[in-house]
Amino acid sequence: MKSLFQYLKEVFLGFYSLWTGLKLTLYYFTHPRKEIITEQYPENRTTTINIPERFAGEVILPHDENNKHKCTACTLCEMACPNGSIKIISVQEESEDGKKKRVLDKWIYNLGMCTFCGQCIDACPQDAIIMKNSFELSVYNRNDLVKTLNKPGSKLKEKE
Amino acid sequence: MENNNNIPIDDLTEEFVVNIGPQHPSTHGVLRLQATLDGETIKDLLPVLGYIHRGIEKMTESLGYKQSIYLTSRMDYLSAHINNQACSLAIEKGMQIEVPERAKAIRIIMAELQRLTSHELWWGSCAMDLGAVTPFFLAFRDRERILDIFEGNTGNRLTMNYITPGGVMFDVLPNFASSIKELLVKVKEHLKEYEELITGNVIFQHRLKGVGILPRELAISMGCTGPVARASGISCDVRKYHPYDGYDKLDFKEIVIDGCDSWARYKVRMEEMKQSIHIIEQLIHNIPEGEFRAKVKGVIKLPVGEYYQRVETARGELGVYIVSDGGNKPYRMKFRAASFSNLGALKPITVGAKIGDLMASMATIDLVIPDIDR
Repeated sequence: MKSLFQYLKEVFLGFYSLWTGLKLTLYYFTHPRKEIITEQYPENRTTTINIPERFAGEVILPHDENNKHKCTACTLCEMACPNGSIKIISVQEESEDGKKKRVLDKWIYNLGMCTFCGQCIDACPQDAIIMKNSFELSVYNRNDLVKTLNKPGSKLKEKE
Repeated sequence: MENNNNIPIDDLTEEFVVNIGPQHPSTHGVLRLQATLDGETIKDLLPVLGYIHRGIEKMTESLGYKQSIYLTSRMDYLSAHINNQACSLAIEKGMQIEVPERAKAIRIIMAELQRLTSHELWWGSCAMDLGAVTPFFLAFRDRERILDIFEGNTGNRLTMNYITPGGVMFDVLPNFASSIKELLVKVKEHLKEYEELITGNVIFQHRLKGVGILPRELAISMGCTGPVARASGISCDVRKYHPYDGYDKLDFKEIVIDGCDSWARYKVRMEEMKQSIHIIEQLIHNIPEGEFRAKVKGVIKLPVGEYYQRVETARGELGVYIVSDGGNKPYRMKFRAASFSNLGALKPITVGAKIGDLMASMATIDLVIPDIDR
């Protein structure tokens, strides 16, 4: 008799706990607009999408309006990169007063090898490179992933 | 015609080997379990590793100290911040630099948020392993909000590389404290829903109670740490016994339950989430002002010697052991990962049980496969 009572109690408790759980599910079923975190990507890519300013995306070398950048070709970023995705090619240039100076020739960035760890940005003493918060980086051709970041004819920005 | 009724039942059955994984929906990753079955009873269980071995320990020998840290995010990817912290602390020990108070506070907040995300994901996947799909989506709500905070402050969602030797990469955003306060209110509300939906459910309790019993002695001899060991009545929280980054100044309880079964492991993690919230609440109201990063040279060189640092990740104890020969690259870097030791306990607790209970045991041990293989 006692075991029967125990059995029935368990059955009742089972149904009760099932009901409390299902009540919550039913609540969310009838309140579908409450706390939606789903992003309607790609429909919202031009409207409501919110990519934080600090999002670690593609590395860029910003140029000002006079086509000047801040990179001094010190290669600290190249040394800081764990994957070897940065290659800096510099040339020796002679200025008017006869001093030899190292000048950036090509800032080559291999996007395919980048893990977006941000070590290069951290290592740069001039703050010449930044990470853009762009994330749609796929291309059709693998060779397009290797980019030259400095624009043709660009020069080093002189310090004020 | 032959009458099978006269033959003893033992002679009729035959052992059968089933490979669970490496690509199986309920194993969370590329772990292969070679289970020898007799009917539904597990006779033997052999975990086969190596499907996601990347040689992280060897890779660190060719990278510098700073560059090695980003690799540690990829070991236990659900405790990326805590792994970064462990590696940074070990390097700081060698360099003998003092971390600013502000950086310490940010580190602890980030680590506890990470523990929260990890346990929330575990809660969802644990219920999903046992056949309930709804919890998985509910757990991802809070996790998504925490990941948004990570994304805004550190730039990445999963593999942050935010904690570096000397402090943290960047200062937190001005709205960091207010956004976390807002978040914690929600998380606390949702924790109640979790209890309502799953913890009180009789079917769920029956699947876990008395299943996968890991006795105290076995847990010690297998080297289990973290929630798995604490559910077997072993007090082993590194945050309490070897405090780092100012955990000794905070008030929190170590959850130890003497249940030894899967249900105890479930309870430990649910209580730990509340403790994590409690820790964050103590810090968030007064994050110290000042520097967020001590001055560190571009290329780090450690003095000749051996350095060891242990931290408590969401899965247990992570140890980082660095041997330095004085150069700018580590001579050897060894990681003692929690999941590897916890996996060792899987065989003794499942042999002799039914195959249906294997999933329950695996779910509550909470394995992360890249942490096992490295």
